[in-house]
Amino acid sequence: MIQFLQQMINGLSLGSIYALIALGYTMVYGIIKLINFAHGDVYMLGAFVAFYATTFFHLNFFVALVVAMVLCGVLGVVIERIAYKPLRHATRITALITAMGVSYVLEYTTQYFAGSEVKTFPTDLLDNTAFSFGGVRITMMQIYIFVITIVLMIILTYIVNKTKMGRAMRAVSVDEDAAKLMGINVDTTISFTFFLGSCLAGVAGVLVGVYYNSINPLMGMTPGLKAFIAAVFGGIGNIPGAMIGGLFIGIAETLVTAYGSSLYKDAIVYVILILVLILKPDGLLGKNVKEKV
Amino acid sequence: MKGNFWKVLASGSIVASMLVGCSSGGTAQEAVKLSEGDTVKIGLNYELSGNVATYGQAMDKGTQLAIKQYNESDDAKYKIEAVSMDNKSDSAEATSIAEKLMGEGVAMQIGPATSGDSIATYPSSENNKVPVLSPAVTQNGGMLKEDGTAYEYAWRICFEDSAQASAMAVFAKDLGKTKAVVYSDAANDYAKGLAEDFVAKFEDLGGEVVAQENYTSGDTDFNAALSKIKELDFDVLYVPGYYNESGLIIKQAREAGITQTILGPDGMDSPKLAELAGKENLNDVYFTTAYTTVDASDELTSFIEAYKAEYDEEPDMFSVLAYDATNLGLQALEEAGETGEALNEAIKNIEFTGLTGSFTFDEEHTPLKKVLVVELENGVQVNPVEVDPNAE
Repeated sequence: MIQFLQQMINGLSLGSIYALIALGYTMVYGIIKLINFAHGDVYMLGAFVAFYATTFFHLNFFVALVVAMVLCGVLGVVIERIAYKPLRHATRITALITAMGVSYVLEYTTQYFAGSEVKTFPTDLLDNTAFSFGGVRITMMQIYIFVITIVLMIILTYIVNKTKMGRAMRAVSVDEDAAKLMGINVDTTISFTFFLGSCLAGVAGVLVGVYYNSINPLMGMTPGLKAFIAAVFGGIGNIPGAMIGGLFIGIAETLVTAYGSSLYKDAIVYVILILVLILKPDGLLGKNVKEKV
Repeated sequence: MKGNFWKVLASGSIVASMLVGCSSGGTAQEAVKLSEGDTVKIGLNYELSGNVATYGQAMDKGTQLAIKQYNESDDAKYKIEAVSMDNKSDSAEATSIAEKLMGEGVAMQIGPATSGDSIATYPSSENNKVPVLSPAVTQNGGMLKEDGTAYEYAWRICFEDSAQASAMAVFAKDLGKTKAVVYSDAANDYAKGLAEDFVAKFEDLGGEVVAQENYTSGDTDFNAALSKIKELDFDVLYVPGYYNESGLIIKQAREAGITQTILGPDGMDSPKLAELAGKENLNDVYFTTAYTTVDASDELTSFIEAYKAEYDEEPDMFSVLAYDATNLGLQALEEAGETGEALNEAIKNIEFTGLTGSFTFDEEHTPLKKVLVVELENGVQVNPVEVDPNAE
């Protein structure tokens, strides 16, 4: 039982990260039907921004987190304006291939400037005391991850459901042309969506970087892919679906390692993807058109 | 214009492949009898650019230093001329450079750095009857042809991967450990080979392997497997793989409360390890290596000083192995007084003492030398001990 609870905590912290990244995939897909494969690299850049902010500018963790969040958000907007906006009415495959191109540009530009060697954060960045509850161990860092993830999700849900901009986002997602006729500035709304999604990816990058203490220019590839699967699992385009999908993938991976074989922990994620695509292509919460963003 | 470009490219590659076709079927270089004062060319076939350039450059420096010191010494019989070429970390390029060097009449080739690039040059060595000395081919069976015999003209200076895994098993046994867990990189042949050899040797010696877990290169979260391992009854954890993952595994293991001894291979040997794992977590950790500067001999100390004076940087394992490889070649050259077959014979029978130990070659053209096991204490290397991988 203790072992199970411990593994659930491991799975939840991993899953929270996937959920944060998956939200960005899902929001962007919801609004312009684009699978933004560069999203995992925005996450990577979040980690790098925080690395430079803490190592060379000696900012504290929370300031670095905000800086990384804002810079990644702005980067998301810039990517959208430069790479995707000109292709908005092109075929979807064109935009998809462009997204892969952007992904490579970000990865190898970072590698050119930062080098391919892994980097580590300053050791005294964050207090990482461990607490033990009847044998189950939880660290301060894991608590930060849960809390930050939950707070950000609440804020996001509030923005999407209760604000004017959120309403605009939902409107554009349902029908872009109709939204335009209603006086909604579609370009601004799409930019804002990219901003939000990229902010979340940036935060995920910082959390992962500090939690595992290892970042490199290609770190976004695998988590990006798994978060994408999480988004598909939850129903791509659906915000609560992305959260559930992220947590589910994290826990599934952990439990397979714990009670099966660690050899299959990555395979299981892709098996889930295949099963979802065969059995319920719309994902867990997919059909919920009203909630789509 | 575009069409022309492709035509030129296509015809160029046809010509190139014809050239390669010719040279690979080429005949043996003629053996030359040497007399004192002759100039002898030595070919350096290293990865000076490309993705493993750091290894190749370090080795090139080690070799160049050995040659420079030889030329400056008073009792040198010959004048050595180094012919250095860049194989761009590409095994096809390494082969064509080997042909080029041997065509220019080098007495021997030193390099390349990686197992793959080196092995690609061995058929050329045999065709041309020019010995190749590989400083760092650790791949199991790397010197063997498909029929199981060794390439006649190829030699390596480092121990084989299986030797360091076996040495670690022997060492674990010597520490009194009987129950091991192996946590290995499933996506990496080096780690997989090490894990297999460690398990085989450890069980041979009467130990028990309680569990084997796997991760994949590039992983950063090892908590699930480590939480599982923590519940097991074991006294030593073997983690074959490279420092990028090993560092994080050690950190997460120690933080999860795994206090048992942790063992690893030479892939852990990097200053990055301490950064990734945190110095406080690097206690009761041991790894195998070919080289350490702890308790350095006088010869090693003077090498390090000469190297620093020449290049203004610290030597690493690769430069030392290349330095040894070059000196071994030079010693054999003096003993043979001739290139070609006689030189190869001299290498075969050599008794060499270098910075990484004294050794002779076995039938698989691999040095019979002891493996070093180094302990980490707060992230600092201490107490190197020599372990015989073949101990019972």
